[in-house]
Amino acid sequence: MDILIALIPFLPLLGAALNGLVGARLPERVVGWLGSGTVLLSFLFSVYLFAHLHGGAEPIRTTLYTFLAVDSFHVDFAFLIDPLSVWMMLIVTGVGFPIHVYSIGYMHGDAGFWRFFAYLNLFIFSMLLLVMGDNLVMLFFGWEGVGLCSYLLIGFWYDNRAYGKAARKAFIMNRIGDLGLLLGLFLIFDIFDSFAYADIFSRLPVLRLDPAVLTIIGLLLFVGAIGKSAQIPLFTWLPDAMAGPTPVSALIHAATMVTAGIYLVARCHPIYSLAPTALEVVAFIGLLTSLVAGLIALCQNDIKKVLAYSTVSQLGLMFVALGMGAYAAAMFHVTTHAFFKALLFLGAGSVIHALGGEQDIRRMGGLRRALPVTYWTFLLATLAISGVPLLSGFFSKDEILANTFAGAGTGWWVLSALGGGLTALYMSRLLFVTFFGNFRGTEEQRAHLHESPRVMTIPLVVLAVLSVAGGLLNLPHLLHVPGAEWLAHFLSPSVGESRPAHLLSAQTEWLLMGAASLLALSAIAWAYWAYAVRQSVPKDEAALSRWERVLAGKFYFDEFYDWVIVRPVERLSQLLHYYADVWAIDGLVNGVGTAVQRIGVEFRRLQNGNIEYYLLGMVVGAVLLFLSLWL
Amino acid sequence: MTLAVFLTLAIASVIFALLMVLTKNPVHSVIFLLLTFFAIAGQYVLLNAQFLAVVHIIVYAGAVMVLFLFVLMLLNLNTDAEPRQTARWKLAAAIASGMLLLTMVGALRGGAELPIPETSDPHVGLVKNLGRVLFTDFVVPFEVAGILFLAAMVGAVLLAKREIR
Amino acid sequence: MLDVVKTVPIDYYLWLSCALFCIGVFGVLIRRNALVVLMCVELMLNAVNLLLAAFSTYLSDAQGQILVFFIMVVAAAEAAVGLGILVMIFRNTHTTDIYLLDKLRG
Repeated sequence: MDILIALIPFLPLLGAALNGLVGARLPERVVGWLGSGTVLLSFLFSVYLFAHLHGGAEPIRTTLYTFLAVDSFHVDFAFLIDPLSVWMMLIVTGVGFPIHVYSIGYMHGDAGFWRFFAYLNLFIFSMLLLVMGDNLVMLFFGWEGVGLCSYLLIGFWYDNRAYGKAARKAFIMNRIGDLGLLLGLFLIFDIFDSFAYADIFSRLPVLRLDPAVLTIIGLLLFVGAIGKSAQIPLFTWLPDAMAGPTPVSALIHAATMVTAGIYLVARCHPIYSLAPTALEVVAFIGLLTSLVAGLIALCQNDIKKVLAYSTVSQLGLMFVALGMGAYAAAMFHVTTHAFFKALLFLGAGSVIHALGGEQDIRRMGGLRRALPVTYWTFLLATLAISGVPLLSGFFSKDEILANTFAGAGTGWWVLSALGGGLTALYMSRLLFVTFFGNFRGTEEQRAHLHESPRVMTIPLVVLAVLSVAGGLLNLPHLLHVPGAEWLAHFLSPSVGESRPAHLLSAQTEWLLMGAASLLALSAIAWAYWAYAVRQSVPKDEAALSRWERVLAGKFYFDEFYDWVIVRPVERLSQLLHYYADVWAIDGLVNGVGTAVQRIGVEFRRLQNGNIEYYLLGMVVGAVLLFLSLWL
Repeated sequence: MTLAVFLTLAIASVIFALLMVLTKNPVHSVIFLLLTFFAIAGQYVLLNAQFLAVVHIIVYAGAVMVLFLFVLMLLNLNTDAEPRQTARWKLAAAIASGMLLLTMVGALRGGAELPIPETSDPHVGLVKNLGRVLFTDFVVPFEVAGILFLAAMVGAVLLAKREIR
Repeated sequence: MLDVVKTVPIDYYLWLSCALFCIGVFGVLIRRNALVVLMCVELMLNAVNLLLAAFSTYLSDAQGQILVFFIMVVAAAEAAVGLGILVMIFRNTHTTDIYLLDKLRG
């Protein structure tokens, strides 16, 4: 069993090593199936572990070796297999595998094909380490690992300067968050004297800590989560991360890596449960992000950017759920979101592939006839994410909304539901503008329009099925069907039974559900009328109204950061360069050199080569020596 | 009587030394240094170190000074060729060495307080005794001195060769 | 033999050696002929020898006289090598004036 557990993360690492070291000499087919196969094996092993745990087995903790041992500082390279980590493993490998397969088609012919698969596998390894680790240090390794892979993959086409900058931006933004996480880890070690989850959570009730301390820990960890899960104020990297190849966006920036923040908060829920203030902050940031990102998404014209902001907004909703203490609801949304967001990105990738790299939806349109599989799967995913009843997104979003209503009241519910409604609006706008109406691209593109190869469409279909049926995992108990709230029950050993919505009456829940559905459906209907019936096309930048311009400008977050942080730092650096470095430090160093040189020139006169002068000096020295002896 | 002999020898050695330093002709310098060495040899005899006195005469007067004289003759240096120091430099040198003498005497004062025994062993300076000490306690330095001599000899021969290839 | 230990204080020998040594130093300082400078060095060595011998006798310890022998060895070697160098220098520069031998100047 231990070997099996260890193989789950190390198989992708092996794949990464093989592809990275000798992949350049292997044919594409071998590279692709090596990369995908290792992930598939990991997935199968994860399924086995899942079945094992689902059969009622206790969580497994397996230590490979002691990683660090310095005095009381003791870190094991250990894995913890409990419902939460198994579930994350299933998502990572289960969504990762179709995306790997899809990449075989998408990246076909790229010079860096082998490199791409090496990075993807390395990413899977890091992510598995993150979710499987039994202590926070392991989590931190994975955390940094996915950050690195994200950097490598966003800047995959590194000969494009803008892509390289996007990669750096993602990395730096993540580092800012990581600093918070790191500080949180230090504080945790200082207080609990251990990094292992089991130690921390078992000592938590015994220590009777000041809630303020726990709040600080919770907030510091949340800063890490903000960076990784792209929440306000550190969300601007995620839309830029669309510079990477589309499967990367699907895998990293939608389905898995960005959920690391959710996982962190859910994993550390015993701390958050004792720190209500921290939870309030989490919920507030989540809600704000959800609304802001949703509004921005309304006015974006790049197909991948819309999806990126949609991701940010959905992550915001998950954080709202976490903030309400409904950890299982958040994990449920993580799951369904992984399905349909991966599908949406892969569908977008298929569209981009068909149009030869075109990403602007204003130059698309009418694609449903040319790309039927893509269209149908994309449609299903859009309906799912919009919250159309009986699709997966409907159940997960409803769960969050119900918990929000129960946990924070009507005002929060309205705003969260609005976030959901915005999702429906911008997603259906994207759908109708892209696939309905007339084709608006060039004749050349029209001639080239083709459905993607089967290696790309099959993953789409698989993910579409999951997107539709994902809701079955956690049907609301209102329906009174067997297996209701199955996921919540399965996860309860890890994240507890916390679910404020249990307090609500059935009528209230039905009402909330109906209102949210109505909102989503009316948003879709309006989008259909505007973009499919009237076939209006998003306006050019010049024709936008003032408010639209603010949204299209992404609320000027980037400009704001540029103005408030980047520019002053640059200015300060220049000042430091001129005054501290060139003037003070260089001046000091050069000054010492010059001074020594000048003194040397003066002293050189003493060394006139005449031995008698030297001897006279020696005699004077001897006299002084004897004088000191005498006196 | 002993004191008178000592003083005579001492004054003679100082005067000869001064003359050696002050005379302009290098040949005269060599002669005066030789006389100084003889006076010092006299001191050795007075100190009951007869063997030392003999060796001193042989080595210095017999070997070293002859070598000096030989080189002097070889290079054919005479008074006209003798380089001169400036008066100011001579004054500075006199003051410096005078100060040195003064401070040395001052620093070494208190020699009377040394625990010097009333009588001394008259056999210390005899060949028999010196030989025993030299070949027992100082046998390693003795051998090292031999090596030093050898090295000096090789070096001198090497230097004296007209051209080194 | 005359009993020097009882009649002559050791201080007299100290002063005599110091005087001879300082005359040697004086000679090195004022003479520019390298040959005479070497002779003055010999005089300084002899001043030390004299003091060593005096202490050897006064303390009835043969080690002082042994040390004198070693100094003689070094002095003889030094004279041999020094004169060799001097001859070499004279051959190349046709002078023994140490003022002209200032190639060590930095």
